[in-house]
Amino acid sequence: MTATTTAPLATTPVPTRRQPSARLRAWATRAPLLPALIFMIAVTQLPFVATLVISFFDWNALYPDARSFTGLDNYQQVLTDSDLRHSVWTTVLLTVAVVLASLVLGLALALLLDRRFRGRGVVRTLLIAPFLVVPVAAALLWKHVLYNPEYGLLNGLLHYVGGPQPDWISSTPLLAIEASLVWQWTPFMMLILLAGLQSRDQQQMEAARVDGASDWQIFRYLTLPHLRRYLELGALLGSIYIVQNFDAVFTITSGGLGTANLPYTVYQSFYQAHENGLASAAGVLVVIGSIVIATFALRVVSSLFREEVSRA
Amino acid sequence: MSASTVPARRKGAGLGLLAWLAGIVFFLPLAWMALTSFHSEQDAATNPPSFTAALTLDGYREFFGTGGGASPWPALVNSTVASVVSTLFVLLLALPAAYALSIRPVKKWTDVLFFFLSTKMLPVVAGLLPIYLFARNTGMLDNIWLLVILYTSMNLPIAVWMMQSFLSEVPVAIIEAARVDGARLPTILARVVAPIALPGIAATALICFIFSWNELLFARVLTGVVAETAPVFLTGFITSQGLFLAKVCAASLVISLPVLAAGFAAQDKLVQGLSLGAVK
Repeated sequence: MTATTTAPLATTPVPTRRQPSARLRAWATRAPLLPALIFMIAVTQLPFVATLVISFFDWNALYPDARSFTGLDNYQQVLTDSDLRHSVWTTVLLTVAVVLASLVLGLALALLLDRRFRGRGVVRTLLIAPFLVVPVAAALLWKHVLYNPEYGLLNGLLHYVGGPQPDWISSTPLLAIEASLVWQWTPFMMLILLAGLQSRDQQQMEAARVDGASDWQIFRYLTLPHLRRYLELGALLGSIYIVQNFDAVFTITSGGLGTANLPYTVYQSFYQAHENGLASAAGVLVVIGSIVIATFALRVVSSLFREEVSRA
Repeated sequence: MSASTVPARRKGAGLGLLAWLAGIVFFLPLAWMALTSFHSEQDAATNPPSFTAALTLDGYREFFGTGGGASPWPALVNSTVASVVSTLFVLLLALPAAYALSIRPVKKWTDVLFFFLSTKMLPVVAGLLPIYLFARNTGMLDNIWLLVILYTSMNLPIAVWMMQSFLSEVPVAIIEAARVDGARLPTILARVVAPIALPGIAATALICFIFSWNELLFARVLTGVVAETAPVFLTGFITSQGLFLAKVCAASLVISLPVLAAGFAAQDKLVQGLSLGAVK
């Protein structure tokens, strides 16, 4: 594969018990890695290359004979199509809102759970549960059991206090999806931030307290800087999952009422409209967006990782 | 008791109460879902909500198909096969790879590790269409084995990362000592590495199971009648007119039970797994 090392065969005296050559040993070390590596390249990289190729073709699955090479036309169409541009904006809005809201809520909950109190384990369990509901089931729960304007729980509770009876999904469709996702993702953020809080230097905090620092000062000048990378990690991992969200959009609004995000649009343009070329171009754009996020994510993970390795 | 500890303790109790309140608010939708699943359809669809209505198993009977609808069992079996088999494949591929990235690391092992991670950041939609076309042309559409392969690739990077992090917790000195004592590789793996790494491996398996069980997009696009999984079944559940709340709650709860069970079983290692081993 790479440099071929030519060993001076003739001059080496043949040992009585032959040692395996360095190259053989290197391959023996590499061997356990190869099945996983080859599998990943075959299943994830090849389809993406195919997507890239298809994105340069005008190809509607209903008219397979009319397939032709069009260069960058699909990209131009995707970028000028107002629906698609809207779905880019929706994706950004959905991701940013959900990640920020669940980070803030997750931080508050992590701070509450970091203290000792009676029943802490029970509360932790109650808080994790929403994350462990099948996403489709969670979306159905919000759509039918909570948001339903006639007999949903939200309007039922509002009824008691004589409040209004809004039609949640019709009046604020994107917010409705966001709320259900925040409910599911807050526990995830809380778990990461709680791990961050518990890895703080206790002696340092004790010293600050002895020196007369207030709770706010300790939070602002010790806790928050320490948490910074955990916040980054939560935000970036959350973004990676929420940018790709399909389940909630599909279930709650079926992409209607202006809530179609990019994954839903890609799904729709080839599964329902059979526009293979356009769908691929949109898919490539999603990837470019993800690469931007992923570059930051990889940097954060790698800095935490290197610290971990150097500590070991 | 000094004067300053009383307000401090009162504040602590207040914050504890606040934590309980938050826990209850977050859990309320689930508790309400569970309660509704045991109500009759009429009692489930009232405003104001009927908290104390009579309990019944009708929702569950309806879900399991005795009420005349489609049986959920084929979908539940498909989901079980796809999740369990893909998780086994993941372990089979990830364990040797993690070994080559931690205990006997190859050169540039961090680069390899980050290659695995980068594949996880490639959105599913990026490869969906070619996979669909490939499946259609090879007759693999609506075949559960296609999902097994895709779920394996979906979880393999996470598993490699998690197991790399769990295996590197095995002290090299112990392995060296065993080797000096004349233990061969299989013995070292079984007697030295496995006991230390086993809890981590179990948690990895549970997390992979959860992700496969939850997956919707691939299953929705690539399966039909035969290989339909539980989440797809759930999305097609509300086609009928009339009242269906109790039925939906029962269905959602039953389908979420394996995930809830696996999640709580893996609770201690959940963060480490979900953060790809970056947070211990």
